[in-house]
Amino acid sequence: MYKRVVITGMGVVSPIGCGLDNFWNGIKTGQCGIDEITAFDTADFSVKLAAEVKDFNPIDYLEKKEAKRMDRFCQFAVAASQMAMDDSGLDLKEENFKRIGVIIGSGVGGISTIETELTKLHTKGPSKVSPFFIPMIISNMASGLVAIRFGVQGINMSVVTACASGANAIGESFRKIQTGLCEVMITGGSEASITPATIAGFSAMSALCTSRNKNRASIPFDKERGGFVMGEGSGMLILEEYEHAKARGAHIYSEIVGYGATCDAYHMTTPEPNGFGAAAAISSAIEDAGIDKEAIGYINAHGTSTPYNDKFETLAIKNVFGDYAYQIPVSSTKSMTGHLIGGAGAIEAIVSSMSLEEGFLPATINHLVDDPDCDLDIIPNEGRNVEINYVLSNSLGFGGHNTTLLFKKV
Amino acid sequence: MTFDKVKEILIEELGLEDEINLTDNLKDDLDADSLDLAEVVINLEEVFGIEIPEEDYPKFKTVKDIVDFIDSKLK
Repeated sequence: MYKRVVITGMGVVSPIGCGLDNFWNGIKTGQCGIDEITAFDTADFSVKLAAEVKDFNPIDYLEKKEAKRMDRFCQFAVAASQMAMDDSGLDLKEENFKRIGVIIGSGVGGISTIETELTKLHTKGPSKVSPFFIPMIISNMASGLVAIRFGVQGINMSVVTACASGANAIGESFRKIQTGLCEVMITGGSEASITPATIAGFSAMSALCTSRNKNRASIPFDKERGGFVMGEGSGMLILEEYEHAKARGAHIYSEIVGYGATCDAYHMTTPEPNGFGAAAAISSAIEDAGIDKEAIGYINAHGTSTPYNDKFETLAIKNVFGDYAYQIPVSSTKSMTGHLIGGAGAIEAIVSSMSLEEGFLPATINHLVDDPDCDLDIIPNEGRNVEINYVLSNSLGFGGHNTTLLFKKV
Repeated sequence: MTFDKVKEILIEELGLEDEINLTDNLKDDLDADSLDLAEVVINLEEVFGIEIPEEDYPKFKTVKDIVDFIDSKLK
């Protein structure tokens, strides 16, 4: 008999605000977190915009030395985990720390540290490379550091599935509780990839938007979309076995009832052009939940604002839902947050959970020009107050990874 | 003079808030582990323009050990 899994705590570091309240307020009021890149000089770059985290000071969450020994993606993850843990009200002294696990996703890990240390290697020689180079860059260090912070000794690992990393981390954590391995999981995703090499690399693939107008940059499902806008940040969730949460009187945000994960097995970066892989992930999550597909009240799309993603994701949704696809509101909150890569699926899981809790469906902001290839109800520009019972969240990553999480109102 | 520069590096690299004394033990008083020490050494080499071979690291128990080692190198 599978255990039920609920969300009892959430923490966010995002381009539209840090902390759950600030973040959700930003989503409800349609804030756009995109602006000119300040992390480095973009003079030689065609890309000028990104969604940077603006109000984050690591010293608010970490000792000075700790902060210095962590790449930014780990600082984000630890900070968001602390917020989520505080929010959950869990008293760790009362818990069996061997049955609390951590799974955190990151697409590129400590890329900023890689760049700094490679520069040292090439300009000053191998003896000048920091002893913290390796511990700071490995993607699994976020999970390791979160475990150290809370002293939790259960299963601990990282998921690397590019833009689906955060969603896969949550899905895998869901299974760990469902099958009885753990009672509590600290899970989510984190990314800090607004760096020269990352922007150059994604630019070389023509994946990034080169617009200089921040309100016409991340415009998912808009006919004039031209690529995604790099974001950064972290979303972390406390997942808990239902009876465990109930017994301690925890506030339950929502229940996770379905998880689907598939692969296109088609191309390194181009989505399968019929949307079959993504459709299979969506169907699999619905089947996992054992519900009628018509019960889905909202889809938080992957919606990156690249020409391909939005077209094929639309197709995938139609493949699954048929005519009913036109009746489901489908928005992309990346229009506000930019694309957090490994953090995206995690902050969008938080959006999904809050939309159930508050009966509010967030908008796809800055929408101007309809695209016949993206003709679903994308909730253009204005969010809606609608009570719903089930929400789907899609995450699709380079490598052909398709991940869908399904949330239920409690 | 050497002590002042060493102190500056230790405060920066170990994220210290308090004053540092010559007699402070790196591990017990300043909470420096082996990775911290390796990072400190890279900075010492840079600031003083010297080479500190890895086999010399274990000699550094206190702040004074570092200062004396550097002074002997600079002579």
